[in-house]
Amino acid sequence: MITMENVCKSYKVAKRNAGFGEACKALFHRSYEEIQALNDVSFTIHDGEMVGYIGPNGAGKSSTIKILSGILTPDSGTCIIDGRIPWKTRMEHVRQIGVVFGQRSQLWWDIPVIDSFELLKEIYSVSTLRYKNKLEELSELLQLQELLKTPTRQLSLGQRMRCEIAASLLHEPRLLFLDEPTIGLDAVSKLAVRDFIKKLNQEQKTTVILTTHDMQDIEAIAERVILIGKGKILLDGTLTDLREASAMQEESAGNSANLDQVVANLYRKMNIM
Amino acid sequence: MGIKKTVTLYCKYASICVRSLMQYKVSFVLMIVARFIISFGEFLAITFLFSGFEEIKGYTYSDILLCFAVIQISFVLAEVFGEGFQVFSGTVKRGEFDRMLLRPCSLILQVIGTKFEIERTGPLITAGIMLWIGIRSSQIQWNVLTIWTLIAMIVGGTLLFIGLFMLGASFCFYFIEDTSLLNVLTYGAKTHGKYPIDVYGKGIMGFCTYIIPYTLIQYYPLQYLLGKTTQWQFAFYPVGIIIFLIACYMVWRIGVRNYRSCGS
Amino acid sequence: MKKYYLFFKLRFAAGVQYRMASITALTTQLIWGLMECLVYKVIAETYGEYLPMNYTSIVAYIWLKEAFLVLFNTWNTDKDIFGMIMNGDVAYELCRPFSVYSMWFSRSVGGRISEALLRCFPVLLCAFLMPKPYKMSLPVSGGAFGLFLLTTILGMGITVAFCTLVYMLCFFTISPKGWKMVLVGAVDFLSGNIIPLPFFPASVLKIVEWLPFAYMQNVPFRIYCGDMVGEEMFLAVFKQVFWLIVLIGLGVLLWKRVENRIVVQGG
Repeated sequence: MITMENVCKSYKVAKRNAGFGEACKALFHRSYEEIQALNDVSFTIHDGEMVGYIGPNGAGKSSTIKILSGILTPDSGTCIIDGRIPWKTRMEHVRQIGVVFGQRSQLWWDIPVIDSFELLKEIYSVSTLRYKNKLEELSELLQLQELLKTPTRQLSLGQRMRCEIAASLLHEPRLLFLDEPTIGLDAVSKLAVRDFIKKLNQEQKTTVILTTHDMQDIEAIAERVILIGKGKILLDGTLTDLREASAMQEESAGNSANLDQVVANLYRKMNIM
Repeated sequence: MGIKKTVTLYCKYASICVRSLMQYKVSFVLMIVARFIISFGEFLAITFLFSGFEEIKGYTYSDILLCFAVIQISFVLAEVFGEGFQVFSGTVKRGEFDRMLLRPCSLILQVIGTKFEIERTGPLITAGIMLWIGIRSSQIQWNVLTIWTLIAMIVGGTLLFIGLFMLGASFCFYFIEDTSLLNVLTYGAKTHGKYPIDVYGKGIMGFCTYIIPYTLIQYYPLQYLLGKTTQWQFAFYPVGIIIFLIACYMVWRIGVRNYRSCGS
Repeated sequence: MKKYYLFFKLRFAAGVQYRMASITALTTQLIWGLMECLVYKVIAETYGEYLPMNYTSIVAYIWLKEAFLVLFNTWNTDKDIFGMIMNGDVAYELCRPFSVYSMWFSRSVGGRISEALLRCFPVLLCAFLMPKPYKMSLPVSGGAFGLFLLTTILGMGITVAFCTLVYMLCFFTISPKGWKMVLVGAVDFLSGNIIPLPFFPASVLKIVEWLPFAYMQNVPFRIYCGDMVGEEMFLAVFKQVFWLIVLIGLGVLLWKRVENRIVVQGG
């Protein structure tokens, strides 16, 4: 179970202006701007839930993920995941979670995928037997057999993403974070990834938290949606709730509108773009 | 994490790095050759300089070669093992450090594990030549203590440079843009450390003892090794580098904490 | 001509943007120069009159080397041009309506001069303000200074022409980075960057003087401090012109081969 209560986080960002004069000034004095990335964020996610975490760019999605995964320490508030405070017990915490960043690779670039997997096995101290079983299972489900011997750099984006997901699951985490897992994938790979995630959630009861800009992902996977904007939770409910919130007052966007329009409308209405 | 596991894991990391390098064999060989040529140029420069005179501040040609060889070997070893720190600003910029934080494993091990640069070993050839000439024409009395001194200088130097690399990496947490000032202390020490530090005078000696303890691995043990002093304690000065290394580690820890509260 | 001027200006503006980098670079160079001076000071104290260059000349040579580092640097400049070769973007250059070789040449010259202008004055200022034994000296005469400026331009031209040649040779290898480093490592030594060429033994020097590398930084710096005078000086200037023409000629010829190769391979 994940409980996040009143979490706040702000960053100091150095201002930088163009121009020679400004550059000279910046040599001696830098001006900072404070950005409130998370402002009193609270939510609870139960075991086995599948949550879509959405919001426009810069809304605070990745800050939340970073706090949940123990990379970042918040300024205030509490966050407890299965009884652990992520940023205080990093080592124990990360053993239980898996994270996939759609835009970054965790596989070693020049060596075959299987070698990356084997290193991960060592890093997470997975016993050989469990590793073998898990690898077999994952290669079956994600159809990796052909890919394992290929160096990562030779894989297509879709193939790579399948391997990335497998890599994050080798240590059988209870909790999986997916950060834009379908970005840039072709239609077939997208469907495969979505199916797999759904199956994973249903069969293994893995809790999944998914951030994405692709509303079809949300439609296909998430039962529950959390909308964040300008560092605040604006909506926490089902897809229907989302549609209703968007449609209120404005007649034009009814139930017939597709989800992209619904969300765009919502962003505009809540003034969080 | 136990020592045995740490070592196995590091070996795994290293083997991956080596295999990645071997994907580009021609480049690998050329890099070794190129670095050898560069270092050989420096060796020739000393040789040419000394063709005009016999000694600098009491140090003969072979003394200087010995000193340069030791610094060269230390630096190369530090680069081979510690290059992960040297490329750390890129690691942070590409978000790979976040990934490291997501693994249940020592951060330093992971950082060091990103690089195992055996293609930097080219200068070892030059260092070997210099060491050979230096030892052959020196009057060193070889016994357990002098052999220890030579090894301690090399190992201590390696640790000193790794400590500096770590310090440089720690600065990436604060000002990600530029850490090249640290290069004066690393590359500078490699280039200028070929002469025993007392050649540079009192001011530099002070800096290299109390700020960055280069003299502990270079000047003092060298005095003992070359038989310029009978003070055997000098042979154990390189051990002091451990304190420096601990200090660097502290800075690194603070940097990591700062990173985790400020983000990138 | 205007096109090349614009390239020059573009690079100049980009160079100005560096902030912290310029201060750290200055500090680095001052420390570097000072350390070198210290060694030669110790040597000169004992062997003063036996050295092939007098101490004041060596100090001036060292500070000029630091001040004009980017002009004669062979290993760390022109990153964008080299990068273009590495990643194959060079094919786009072919689509542009002018000579790629001249564009590269002017771009490289522009980048170097802009950076050098930014860097040289602080370094020189500090060098002139140094305490006595490390103080930079004025040029030996007005004529020497004029010739110093001229030979600096020529020497830089040779450096750029040589580098461009190396970049183009990289087309024909599978490991451009490796080859670049091998060549550049050798040039560093042969151009007098590690120790000034007069310190080379006479027999070696005879050979080195037949190579173009001796006409990069060696000539202007030694003219400035009065180490190279009279007949030797004029001969050196003549050889600079000669090498500049030869290297540019080779570059243009090689570019034709490169062009064919890109067209054949489709980039």
